[in-house]
Amino acid sequence: MAEDLLVAKGIEVTYGGGGLFGSRGHKVLHGVDLSIKRGETIGIVGESGSGKTTFGRALLRLVNTSAGTIHFDGMDITHLPDEQMRPLRRRMQMIFQDPMASLNPRHSIRRILVEPLLFHRVASNAADAEARVMSILDRFTLPKIVLDRNPHELSGGQRQRIGIARAALLEPDFVLADEIVSGLDVSTQAQVLNLLKDLSRELGLALAFISHDLSVIRAVCDRVCVMRFGKVVEEGPCEQVFAAPQSGYTRALLDAIPLPEIDPEWLDRETLAEPSS
Amino acid sequence: MTEPFLSITGLSAVSDRENGAPILRDVSLRLERGEVRGLVGESGAGKSTIAKALLGILPRTVRVTGGAIRFEGQDLLTLKPKQLSDIMGSEISLIPQDPQTALNPGRRVESQLTDGLRMRRGLSRQAAHDKALKLLEEVHIRDPERVLKAYPHELSGGMRQRVLIAAAFALEPKLVVADEPTTALDVTVQKQILRLIRGMQKTHGTGMIFVTHDLGVVAQICDTVTLLYAGKVIEAGPTAQVLATPKHAYTKALLAAGPRYDRPTAGLEPVPQAIFDQLRAEMGIM
Amino acid sequence: MRKSLKAALSEPKVVLAGGFILLLLIAAVFAPWLAPKDPLEQDLMLGTLPPTGYEGTEPGYWLGTDDLGRDVLSRLIHGSRTALIVAFVAAGLAALLGTMLGLLAGWYRGWVDVVISRLVDIWMAFPPVLLSILLVAVLGSGVHSVIAAIVIIDWTRFCRVVRSETMAQAQMDYVTAAQTIGFPKARILFSEILPNVAPVIVALLSLEMGIAVIVEAILSFVGLSVSSDTPTWGGMIAQGRAIIYQGWWVLVAPLVLLFLTVLAFNQLGDGLRRALDPMMRR
Repeated sequence: MAEDLLVAKGIEVTYGGGGLFGSRGHKVLHGVDLSIKRGETIGIVGESGSGKTTFGRALLRLVNTSAGTIHFDGMDITHLPDEQMRPLRRRMQMIFQDPMASLNPRHSIRRILVEPLLFHRVASNAADAEARVMSILDRFTLPKIVLDRNPHELSGGQRQRIGIARAALLEPDFVLADEIVSGLDVSTQAQVLNLLKDLSRELGLALAFISHDLSVIRAVCDRVCVMRFGKVVEEGPCEQVFAAPQSGYTRALLDAIPLPEIDPEWLDRETLAEPSS
Repeated sequence: MTEPFLSITGLSAVSDRENGAPILRDVSLRLERGEVRGLVGESGAGKSTIAKALLGILPRTVRVTGGAIRFEGQDLLTLKPKQLSDIMGSEISLIPQDPQTALNPGRRVESQLTDGLRMRRGLSRQAAHDKALKLLEEVHIRDPERVLKAYPHELSGGMRQRVLIAAAFALEPKLVVADEPTTALDVTVQKQILRLIRGMQKTHGTGMIFVTHDLGVVAQICDTVTLLYAGKVIEAGPTAQVLATPKHAYTKALLAAGPRYDRPTAGLEPVPQAIFDQLRAEMGIM
Repeated sequence: MRKSLKAALSEPKVVLAGGFILLLLIAAVFAPWLAPKDPLEQDLMLGTLPPTGYEGTEPGYWLGTDDLGRDVLSRLIHGSRTALIVAFVAAGLAALLGTMLGLLAGWYRGWVDVVISRLVDIWMAFPPVLLSILLVAVLGSGVHSVIAAIVIIDWTRFCRVVRSETMAQAQMDYVTAAQTIGFPKARILFSEILPNVAPVIVALLSLEMGIAVIVEAILSFVGLSVSSDTPTWGGMIAQGRAIIYQGWWVLVAPLVLLFLTVLAFNQLGDGLRRALDPMMRR
């Protein structure tokens, strides 16, 4: 059994609050636990307001937690100062929902891909960095000319592959993928998901895959964690959760997905999620 | 054969912004009274352009180069602006995609919902108010009086979409164009809204053009479907037939590309490049 | 960088307005060689000569002379020196100061933001014209004081806009991406965010140059700018106002030039803002 790479316990996040006037703030996560093993892909699913995105950002220390602990590779990183966090950053990467927004519009693709390699000394020099970038472009079936382009000159699918390449080049141990295919067409989506699957297998990545779409999660994840109103309502291996969901909310989520086949009863079938406590 | 309620024949359009690149290529489709037809395709398929053409709101950069849109015996493309504006909103209405921006944030729901009733149908303030209340009840809004007094930002996304559906049906139109009405919604809310749209459409006997990119949504609420790629009709027919026995390779590939929660091994087969090449060859684009 | 330049040069506004400002700049730099006469040379025999094309002109005085017989064209050309020095130096320094503070406030937030934002609020509560007259009165008249007055008053303009633009950019995912890579905060600010705020700064800078030209004209109009033996557009306007019935051209010539210059700066700013936006470019 592989060891746990990332362990989050009792994570709470409060937005607003504190400040000069000591306002109470708005709690969006109410004690979330999750552990991710090396080489494992875990899906985090939920609707708007479930806190899935905030939770993902808390795992990467991009938002401050008001309670709970996060351990990465056995080290408590919950309150690690920026300078000590820096070497770990290479090992924890993120792929974003909107590749247009996540690639600096003023930088060339070359700069976007090469700079992190030099910054973390993954590449020993500029020539080495360039070579690494070239080989990943090749692998992602991206033409070399994209290097001199700016993000807005690429297609949506190409941009998303650049986003994945940026994360993969740093040879991370953990990658957070936040709704990375929700802006893509189905035909492009499959390419991007396959790329990610291959990559995670090859690098032995621990992958947290945030999505609102249970079908996508079923296709790429080993385990799934269902969130609602800032809490985990169900968590387990995909085979188990999809075959016999324990929570009424999971059942409602599954039943709300329209499948591309005629089902005359689907529209009128009512699967109510029990109200949250 | 009698003329159908709505027919589009040989509709072609180009985009002036992209140096006259075609965005609709000889599109034909028909709709009977009380029928729901899905317009489905990926981005750039032209499904939204058709919806806009039906509503007479094509952007200036889009130029129609041929074809006709016949609605109840009139060609919408040759009508004078005055005649067109009499039909739009009254005979043909829209359920928009984004409930966040489709309502004016500075006006109460009531005034937005009753505008058409008072101006188009000449209802008094009181009569329009009563009609608006009835409409909100029809879209299953529990506290219609409160919602009428509310500003859009005080309502959830699902509630706003309900208000927009009520507004679309307010003047008893004969044709409703739904432009991706559930794309911005959560999946559980989407189901409720789909049920509501289908219910309203059935009760009122309205014809409906339903634009979506989701074949699952098509399967659940459309009687017939037209699948487009790059402005061209690839396949059309009764929904059950197109989904169960697709004729075109592209349709088959699209169905195989979408992941399904009930089939862990299905999905994730990208549409092969060969199919795109074939489609482009059929259309004569390189 | 080259892409930006190319995009800027394909925008007609930029070429036209920029071309005008370039001409003005050449005139200012080479004023002693370009001006047909000595701008200070008085000749009462040649007082209030009308511009070429009107009756009673004297060859060589294209735009006529003022009541002291000084050549209007030469005075305009020499006056552009003061105008442009003030435009470039004052607007540049105001932009530098305002941008720095705005970037810091918008990116570091917290107490840095509180201090800078309150300072801006207090600053903006002072009536600007009064403040500038007061400043020049304290510092004494001269180009330096005019520049100081403009910088001290108008840095807030840059600060407010840059702060809010920085805050908007900080919300973008490319900034989060830079954080996940682990770039230090200062590096993210200057190499990721600043290039995206730059178009706004450039546009504002160009507008500010127009404003600086006007402010300089106002201050010399009321006699608070450079000493009266240096020709300035504002000084010429003041002088022209006094003799409007004898020689309207003495008033109209500097007014028209002032108007065109400010218009050019504004149009240049507008054009640059559009040309430098990577999303709108194509």
